[in-house]
Order: sequence, then structure tokens, then C-alpha cells
Amino acid sequence: MTVLTNTPDRHRLTLAQYWICLCGIVWREALRFIHQRERFISALVRPLVWLFIFAAGFRQVLGVSIIPPYETYVLYEVYIAPGLIAMIQLFNGMQSSLTMVYDRETGGMRTLLVSPFPRWWLLTSKLLAGTMVSILQVYAFLLIAWFWDVEVPPVGYFLVIPALLLSGFMLGALGMLISSLIKQLENFAGVMNFVIFPMFFASSALYPLWRVKESSPFLYYVCQANPFTHVTELIRFALYGKVEWGSLAVVAGCAVVFLCGAIIAYDPSRGFLARRGGPSGG
Amino acid sequence: MNDAALLTQAANTAGPAALDVVGVGHRYGARVALRDVNFSVRPASFTVLLGLNGAGKSTLFSLITRLYAIRNGHIRILGHDVAREPGAALSRLGVVFQSRALDVDISVQQNLIYHAALHGIGRRQADEQIARVLTLVDLTDRRRERVNNLSGGQMRRVEIARALLHQPRLLLLDEPTVGLDIKSRADILGHVRRLLQSGIGVLWATHLIDEVGDNDDVVVLHGGRVLAKGAVGNVVTATGAPDIGSAFTKLTQADTGAGAGA
Repeated sequence: MTVLTNTPDRHRLTLAQYWICLCGIVWREALRFIHQRERFISALVRPLVWLFIFAAGFRQVLGVSIIPPYETYVLYEVYIAPGLIAMIQLFNGMQSSLTMVYDRETGGMRTLLVSPFPRWWLLTSKLLAGTMVSILQVYAFLLIAWFWDVEVPPVGYFLVIPALLLSGFMLGALGMLISSLIKQLENFAGVMNFVIFPMFFASSALYPLWRVKESSPFLYYVCQANPFTHVTELIRFALYGKVEWGSLAVVAGCAVVFLCGAIIAYDPSRGFLARRGGPSGG
Repeated sequence: MNDAALLTQAANTAGPAALDVVGVGHRYGARVALRDVNFSVRPASFTVLLGLNGAGKSTLFSLITRLYAIRNGHIRILGHDVAREPGAALSRLGVVFQSRALDVDISVQQNLIYHAALHGIGRRQADEQIARVLTLVDLTDRRRERVNNLSGGQMRRVEIARALLHQPRLLLLDEPTVGLDIKSRADILGHVRRLLQSGIGVLWATHLIDEVGDNDDVVVLHGGRVLAKGAVGNVVTATGAPDIGSAFTKLTQADTGAGAGA
């Protein structure tokens, strides 16, 4: 039998081991995603309803002028597609982050957190894994949208990947930060009402900001300050092979700030059980 | 003296304790959950953390595993301080939590590969370790089975296999037999006791007296305080009780009475 007291000192983790850890977390998230088909379908239904019903209904009402990155008039469905992609990532980020926060005393997060890797690496890997899943959802959406005449230049389907990685990561970190800090957000309905809907509607996802400015300058500035606007624009320009540098800077900066805040705020000892007086078991 | 006894003797005399808990306290707001808790777990020893529900066992486990920040006292695993050297400490620790933490939608092997990755163990080495730990818990034939299809006892054994995958030198089990039938309980206890031969230290939290063996060490935790600790025989003798069950009752009733009188 192996004498464990003679096992080598394994606590100095190498870069290769960090990589193995990251790959393992992403792989597990992908497996979970494959086994939860209903989650996949429900994640697709939401943006498709917007695309098939809302956009069709408002096509005539909300005309869109020629604005970058578009070089000609586009259908309203084409205009809102980037916003709907961002919406997929927003929902996915919020949902997975909320699970991470409220699972920290029980379930899989405990297993994750007793790993010898630094907590910042574990949480970053987990956020990245959630982002990968959201990208799969985005491509499924783009495929269906293609049949609905929502087409982008072929190269855009590849060039959008870095934008999706960054935006998904930023939205996931935001979700983790918010749900770690705000006690009242103890269920997804709270997040929907107070985070997702305000972020989505006060952005350029559904209408160009120059139109918002015409009706309400104040709302225009609110939309400009909303990181979701910049996520939408980053994705919109990337789909057409262009970079919106201002949005890139905002999204990257927010990703760093939200991630740092989330890592600090994500302390299992400040979770539900701690607030309710400790675990019930023993 | 046989090989196992020699190994045990060597493990007991050389190096730091598998676990050192020194002056640990914890509060949930105004409520004190743990107060000045002190005890050690020797390598190659089976230590039972005995306490009723609410005694503070799970809180203590959360502190040892760094899920909760240690604000009072120190916890060392093989000499590595959990708060200051968490990586070194946790790489030597295997844990089986009270609530099951397996992904039931995927197979036993996939759960174990995931755990191996969380310890930086690559696929090839993971495959070897998985074969080893599944043999230890007699589940080699269920390797590709979905966890959902296993019985409660088998799931627990998978969790033990998972906790052993990275060759820890301290194994924590938080009430691992809760909800299992008599045979499954005996199986799991037997599997874990056999691990002592490899030099691993075991801390087994329970409220079930019949899980305490005559040769074990015991730590009696009640109301967040350690009421007694040491070899089972010594604790029984010190309390003047006929057996560990009576000793436990005597200790906890005396403490409850003292608490009520205070």
C-alpha cells in the first residue's frame, strides 16, 4: 500500500496545473450544459420571442437610419440582433453567477472552493466556463436568426468571438458582484426586476441612442453610462468586423473592476447560512 | 510487529500532526458557534468528532476547509496554516461534506476527472488515480455509471473516492453515514478505517455513538466547546462511565445543566 507520508510536496502549483484546473472547470460546465437541454431551450426562447414577435411588430414603427457600423438601411431585426445576443449573455451571466453565490454553502461550489488553487483563479475559471456556455447559446441563436434574414458578413461570425468572451465575462462578474453584495436579491425575480430589465431597456439594444437623445437627453446619458450599451455596441461592431474602441475600453475596464469586486465580495462566510445563524447539521 | 503497525508507529512519532486546531472560535452575529476549540488529529489515527446537532461540527469543518475565514485561533494541516498557506494546507486535505456534492447528471469517472483537475492532476495521472481509489471503495465496476443511478451508500463511497483522489494526508468526513442503512454505514466505516494503514489521519464527525471504536481518539463537542478529548478509553475512565455512550451523555448533560444554572 502507498505510504502517503512519502508523497511529494505538491502545493507549489505550476502554470500547467492552473491550465488543467481551468480546462476541468470549463469541461464540467459544458457537460452540465449538454445534460440540461431545457436550460438551453429556455435560453433561446427569450431572444427568439423578441426577434420573431417584437421586432416584426415594431419594424414599421421604429425606423432605423444609416448609422455605423451599418452601411445601408437595415431591417429592425438586424438592428436588434446584437442587443439580443447581449441579452443572452446577460441572462446567462446573471443566472450562473446567482447560482455560484447561493450554492457556496452547499453543492458543487464547496467542492470547487476546497481546491488548493487561489480563490480568484477558481472564480475566474468558473466565470469563463459560464461565458463559454453563453457563446454556444449565442451561436445557436445566430443560426436560427440566419433563417430569419438576420445575416452578418461571414467573417463577422468569427470576429465576434473575442467580443463575446469579454462581454460574457464582464456580465458574469457583474452578476457575481451584485448578488454577493445585495442581500435582497435572493432570487432571480429580484435580479430580473432590478438589474436585467433596467440594463436592457436603458441601452442601445432596442433603439439607437440618437433617437433616445431626441426624446430625453437625461435618458441618453443614463444609456451612455450603462455598461450594457457598450456590450451591445462592442458586439454590433465586431459582427461587422469593426472595433468600437470606446466600448471596448468601457467593457474591459468594467470587467476588471467587477471581477476584483466580485472576488472580494464572494466570501462564503457571508452567505445565507452565516446570516441565518450557521449550518443546521452540526 | 507487522508492516501496518510499523507504519502507524512511524507516522505517530515523526512530523507534525495531521490536524492542529488551536484556540479556534467563531460567531454568527451575536451567537457564539465555537469557543476556544483545541485538539489534534495524529497521522494514521481515527479521531471521532462527537457532538449533537448544533454542536458546531459543521462550522468547524467550514473553518478547516477555508470556506469560512478563521478570525480566532489557528488551524494547521500537516504544519501548514490554513489561513496563511491555504494552497499547501488544502492540497493535503480530502473532504466529504455532509450534504452530497456530486454532479448526478454525469458519470462517476467524469466526477472524478473534474475533481482531479481541481487539484491540477492531468488526465493520464487522473486515470491511474481513479482506478486506485475506485478499487479502495469497491466501485471499479461502476466507473462509467451515471451517479444518478447509484444508491445512497454508493454515492457516499464515490465521495470518499473523490476525497482520496489527490492522495491527501488528512481526511475529513462530516456525518458521512447520515441517511444510510446499517449495511452501508458499516461498509463506509470499514473502508475509511482501512485507510489508516496508509498513514492518513481521519477526522470523522458524527452524533452516532456506535460509530466510535474502542481504539479511536474522540473529541466531544457540545455547545461550541470541547468537553473532553483523547483516547476513548481515557475519556471513559475520566468520566467514570461504563462506556463511551454513557460518558457522552454524562458530559453533555452536566454541561447543559451547568449552562442552565449559570
